[in-house]
Amino acid sequence: MSDVVKKVEEKIKSKDAVIFMKGTPSFPMCGFSARAVEALKAVDADFDFVNILEEADMWEGVKQVTSWPTSPQIFVRGEFIGGCDITLEMYESGDLEKKLQ
Amino acid sequence: MKLEDIQSRIESNIPGAKAEVRDMGGGDHIHAVVVADAFAGKPLIEQHRMVLDLFKAEIDLNDVHALQLKTLTSGQAKEMGIE
Repeated sequence: MSDVVKKVEEKIKSKDAVIFMKGTPSFPMCGFSARAVEALKAVDADFDFVNILEEADMWEGVKQVTSWPTSPQIFVRGEFIGGCDITLEMYESGDLEKKLQ
Repeated sequence: MKLEDIQSRIESNIPGAKAEVRDMGGGDHIHAVVVADAFAGKPLIEQHRMVLDLFKAEIDLNDVHALQLKTLTSGQAKEMGIE
């Protein structure tokens, strides 16, 4: 397993939720990243982020791990749940909150 | 990438799919509603992956910056009043 994939694997287990996004939670650089962050905040998730605009290696690494081409990418309890639209659907259905309990 | 090209690529690659594709602005923020019974029994993430995988090249080239998806089976579409 390459170093960067190992770094990604460690990162996604470091908190209840982790979002690979463009920008930061306080300064998201893309509407989809912003909306996904809002959902995580709305369920009081203890989450961390990776700014893929500044950590290109982590971005390449996470795409290998998930084989998912777009950003943002959201992990809950170490499991990849999808991008912005799936995260919002899970938020609206209550599944996001359930997964974080 | 033209909306009709996105629609035809989805419809010709996912059996029985009907796709409605809209531009959310800027030509590279695309929203697609895809109805296909091929999604039945698959978790949401696999349904989305079936569609996203068709545009990996365009996404990597940033021709399509973001493809927001709503995937449904024909039954779910009927329930939501989508033809």
